[in-house]
Amino acid sequence: MAPANVTSKVSRRDFLKTSSAGSAALVIGFYLPWEAPLGAGQAAAQEAPPPPPSPNPFNAWVKVGSDGSVTLTVAKSEMGQGVRTSLPMILAEELEVEWAQVRVEQARTDPRMYRSLGTGGSSSVRESYLPLRQAGAAARTMLIAAAAQKWGASEKECYAEKGAVVHRPTGKRLAYAELVEAASKLPLPDLNTVALKAPSQFRIIGTSVPRTDTPSKTDGSAQFGLDVRVPGMLYAVIARCPTFGGKPKKFDPAPALAVPGVKKVVEIPAVGRGAFTAGGVAVVAESTWAAIQGRDALEIEWDLGPHANESTESLKKQFEELTAKPGKVIRNEGDAEAALAGAAKKVEAIYELPFLSHSPMEPMNCTADVRADRAELWAPTQFPDWNQGAAAQATALQPPAVTVHTTLMGGGFGRRAQADFAVEAAQVSKAAGAPVQVVWTREDDTQHSFYRPASYHRFRGAVDAAGKPLAWFHRMASTSISAFWDPPDRAKPEESEVGGAANLPYAFPNLRMEYAPAPSGVPVAWWRSVEHSMNGFVTESFFDELAAAAGADPLAFRLRLLAEPRKVTDPVSPNSPPLDTERMKGVLQLAAEKAGWGKPLPAGRGRGIACHYSFHTYVAQVAEVSAGPKGVRVHRVVCAVDCGRVIHPDQVKAQMESGIVYGLSAALHGEITIENGAVKQSNFHDYPVLRMNEMPQVEVHIVASTEAPTGVGEPGVPPIAAAVGNAIFAATGKRIRRLPIRAPDLA
Amino acid sequence: MPPITFKLNGKPQSVEVDPDTPLLWVLRDTLGMTGTKYGCGISFCGACTVHLDGEPVRSCVTLISDVAGKAVTTIEGLSPDRSHPLQQAWIAEDAPQCGYCQSGQIMAAAALLARKPKPTDADIDEAMTGNICRCGTYQRIRRAIHRAAAMPPPRRSATGEPAGGA
Repeated sequence: MAPANVTSKVSRRDFLKTSSAGSAALVIGFYLPWEAPLGAGQAAAQEAPPPPPSPNPFNAWVKVGSDGSVTLTVAKSEMGQGVRTSLPMILAEELEVEWAQVRVEQARTDPRMYRSLGTGGSSSVRESYLPLRQAGAAARTMLIAAAAQKWGASEKECYAEKGAVVHRPTGKRLAYAELVEAASKLPLPDLNTVALKAPSQFRIIGTSVPRTDTPSKTDGSAQFGLDVRVPGMLYAVIARCPTFGGKPKKFDPAPALAVPGVKKVVEIPAVGRGAFTAGGVAVVAESTWAAIQGRDALEIEWDLGPHANESTESLKKQFEELTAKPGKVIRNEGDAEAALAGAAKKVEAIYELPFLSHSPMEPMNCTADVRADRAELWAPTQFPDWNQGAAAQATALQPPAVTVHTTLMGGGFGRRAQADFAVEAAQVSKAAGAPVQVVWTREDDTQHSFYRPASYHRFRGAVDAAGKPLAWFHRMASTSISAFWDPPDRAKPEESEVGGAANLPYAFPNLRMEYAPAPSGVPVAWWRSVEHSMNGFVTESFFDELAAAAGADPLAFRLRLLAEPRKVTDPVSPNSPPLDTERMKGVLQLAAEKAGWGKPLPAGRGRGIACHYSFHTYVAQVAEVSAGPKGVRVHRVVCAVDCGRVIHPDQVKAQMESGIVYGLSAALHGEITIENGAVKQSNFHDYPVLRMNEMPQVEVHIVASTEAPTGVGEPGVPPIAAAVGNAIFAATGKRIRRLPIRAPDLA
Repeated sequence: MPPITFKLNGKPQSVEVDPDTPLLWVLRDTLGMTGTKYGCGISFCGACTVHLDGEPVRSCVTLISDVAGKAVTTIEGLSPDRSHPLQQAWIAEDAPQCGYCQSGQIMAAAALLARKPKPTDADIDEAMTGNICRCGTYQRIRRAIHRAAAMPPPRRSATGEPAGGA
């Protein structure tokens, strides 16, 4: 027995106390790695009090009950990515039970069942695949051993299938339910060496089973954060200062209190590093509508704070100044300046990208019930333990006294990898002395988000007279997630911004990248695919410009410059798996073939191709568009993805479709602008997103692979804007260098 | 406040609220029927779509006073058992991702099918463009609507309302 099992016995007992007591159960605790996949800026969460000390080293549990039921308890949040389907599939595969038999239970932030774990960075399947298989295999091994003991047979003569152990020579059969008690007394095999199934024996992994949560999402019964109803609860909306960093100077609560249904008006303080809430004046009422009416009636005079002069124009001026001089050198090979000086053909271009709001369909919200000595939160959150720590700090409770129940999320996209909504709800509940659901209106959600950074890119490139590539020069400036979140002494502004650009896989003999952060008061954080959403667009668009300068076919130029098989390390994430140029070629060739690359198109149409590596996954997309002075229409997108071994092919396709639509919304419409320190947009009328009438035909093709599985939640986003921009160039000769795509750039 | 009475999923319903309250908040906060979702509050996203006398309306901008004497069908009343062809088709296509917008999508689609049992792609564009999905499930929604259109029409719901809002 491995030493860890001693701990496991203690914590198994503890865990059982949290679930149905009494009946025997086979319980295995295990650990899903959580390597802070969001990277730089993650120190933010460390500023909140650490999660409570855990009496166990585990953050996931498999429980086989005496009735044969199988429960997987894990703090992985479902935001549409299908994690409540993919994770039980992996477990059921090794445990040899029907997949539909595995129930997934969302772990509460109870230290007996939970240890730091979040959902983000396209990491759930990637990080859970092996541990889930090991836990399932361990349980299977113990159940087989228990059956063998009962029969006085050799374990080698027994095998498991469909929730039972079978004695091969006699055909005798014992259901897991009959074996659980005996199995629970056996030593736990070493999870690191337990025998796993051969992938050739997989019967669940690799199949497109129906999602577990779909039926509840067709009849209104699925419970999201805003659907939480607690006895005696009130509803609140918060008036936040329109400018970032501002606060109420004075306010008159009387007009709000005069609104029927309004119970209280309370001021809540802003919380700084560790959660970054805006603070403001909360109107607490008997209904959401009364709270909204009450807030409309409030009269508040604001202290607009230190950033009231910031604007999109002032930021652009900063970007121009910053990129007019050298930045921090991120990567430098050969001598790009010298090569550019002597080159036959030079291309120079500036690319610009705006702030973006995540705008999930369910606006931010959280329900909190804060008492004198404890609190409960119901939060649609990607990071329950961060919510726990930050809410505890805001209410002067110890973290173990705060329990977070994670609800379904009406979209996450990184916006719910935050603690601001939880902190506010805890503050308001404490001040109101009642359970309160803090509701963000769409306007609140649009104007008080943590935005995708804005960025500015100065490119220079060169090819020789024969079209041979000579130099790539990329100088980038942006607002930085790390600079915003991390304490100044620990911030590494470039680390949250240059990914996906610094590891450019194309073989330029002279290559240089520089970076400079632009100070800004606009809160920024992780937006689906984070920096890759910017860098996928700019690098793949400018590379296309060089292909055109070289007179080369964009696909052929990519394949040529991916060159001989190489592994390209990201200079700011040297420990991350390097980019494999062969796998990149694989997705490019598959997408091109399926899209009919090179075949004639109707007049006015063009095809563009782009590829990108993010979150360990390779994606290439070919967009087919028609474009003219009036606008652009994306007709078709063909996507190829290499995400290693596929757990659920249809959900891989669904995530690619989703990423493409998310990226198209940004490419065609998405822009948050700043005026007088505040966000100008407020709702879907001025922050439009892709709708049914603009939806292209999307086809997704998956590269067959036996490599380890990698993430699919985000990697579909980065290539699409470049694929569309490159297609517009092919159709019209106009080069798209800023997003969203504007009519003047097409004329 | 005088009570406002209407029919909700086939049954009489009476509420005493400010007559200017949007139907959405009456459903969600007063009656605890949370299947109908808040998304924008200005009729730009469709998440709150319900049927009023069979017509699709945005409940976030429909005042409860305008509902008096009329029949409201919400996602909870579309069928008693997820048997509506659209619900079956949605499940068959695994259309939802996060699922938050899907009540509104299904109600908008149900109104479309009640009006046009065999909609074209152009009909779907017209009827569904008011409903935003940030997960980008539009392609599957389109497939699911075509699939539902090929199925036998919805039977009457247990509430006695013609399911699908016809």
